[in-house]
Amino acid sequence: MSGYVEPMIGRYVHVDIGAEMHRIYFEENGTGIPLVCLHTAGSDARQWRHLLADAEFAKHFRIIAFDMPWHGKSNPPASWNGDEYQLTTARYTETIRAFCKALKLDKPVVMGCSIGGRIVLNLAIDHAAEFRALIGLEAADFQAPWYDTTWLNRPDVHGGEVCAALVSGLIAPQGPQAARTETLWGYKQGGPGVFKGDLYFYRVDGDLRGRVENIDTDVCPLFLLTGEYDFSCTPEDTKRTAAAIRGAHVTIMEQLGHFPMSENPEQFRRYIAPVLAQIVASAKVTA
Amino acid sequence: MTAGFRSPDAVIAENPLERMSSASNATDNAVLKAFATIPALLEQAPELIVRGRFLDCECLLGPTGHPLHASIRAGRIVDLTSAPVLMRSWRFAYRASPAAWAAYWQPAPRPGWHDLLALTKRGEAAIEGDLHPFMTHLQYFKDVLALPRQHFAVAAS
Repeated sequence: MSGYVEPMIGRYVHVDIGAEMHRIYFEENGTGIPLVCLHTAGSDARQWRHLLADAEFAKHFRIIAFDMPWHGKSNPPASWNGDEYQLTTARYTETIRAFCKALKLDKPVVMGCSIGGRIVLNLAIDHAAEFRALIGLEAADFQAPWYDTTWLNRPDVHGGEVCAALVSGLIAPQGPQAARTETLWGYKQGGPGVFKGDLYFYRVDGDLRGRVENIDTDVCPLFLLTGEYDFSCTPEDTKRTAAAIRGAHVTIMEQLGHFPMSENPEQFRRYIAPVLAQIVASAKVTA
Repeated sequence: MTAGFRSPDAVIAENPLERMSSASNATDNAVLKAFATIPALLEQAPELIVRGRFLDCECLLGPTGHPLHASIRAGRIVDLTSAPVLMRSWRFAYRASPAAWAAYWQPAPRPGWHDLLALTKRGEAAIEGDLHPFMTHLQYFKDVLALPRQHFAVAAS
């Protein structure tokens, strides 16, 4: 319907990260338990637009999705001089915690996908008490690399085209064509070297093998959901990770790939709705 | 139709697979037949040709043991013939097992068999040579090599 205005509202919040103020763009909708959503490497928070607009979820959750610095509408910080961008485990963790602190969120749920799923595991290891629940989509402690990231940022290869073409195969073929195309559009719009810089965390700095065993799901419940068509973070990667974590919940999602929330929102909803309902139920018991 | 195409039967006749007698022969022949249809299918996909308009390339594509030499000019496959061709150079090769091609061309390919790089990760395919033309036109090659998907299942059944 022409004139329909979607319910989420976008604003900027100033966030102190590493002793420098960052202007972070976020969108939100709903009231209740804070639910912070983390986008994948090289893309931005538009991936969460369907979840943000979900009227049922918005009854129970304050759904928030933010663009990491260098992504979407969150610019690089003022001090950036054009040096190569590299995301580290420490920086990523600090960014999420600083964002939650800036918005004064009380024990939020954090749901991240891909690199967002990996960092959720790190939050569970080191900062579990700060969160009500943690949800990792396409998450594992480690994944075997399947391409050389130097192809992502070089002057003789179109960065947007190659980034999108690489990840296109991670999308399940059953998704609606428009949603699949929109998912790839996010990759075509990324800044030069940003996807590659995010993957520094994924490939080099964020290996959590041997650490996930320390996760205590009594302190913070952990849910891991992975799409069957994700050959980057495979179902086997997630199941192996979960096997080392007592009490972790694992779901393998059919007809979904590496970008469940954007590549096929309806199918994803079938899997995430029970998880969110369980979190709501737990909150009522606690209250 | 551009000059230089072989009919599907001609491509198979040029290929030693035709002389093999094994249970996998039917799949191998079906894969070669499907490859032989790609140039004509590409001619019917003008949006793909436009995407490849800056691409001129010699490459090897096809089954691991018996690849085809493809000559691409401005996004069109102007020649496709059994490799090796005497003293004809190529820049890169993408070769996969016949079973991998058959799985890749299913209408709803199974997880892990649905993408060229999923096949390389699982060891069913290999990329060799100078990858630059392949990477600059990665989606083009994914889509060109998926063209038989619309017909393969029917033809192979």
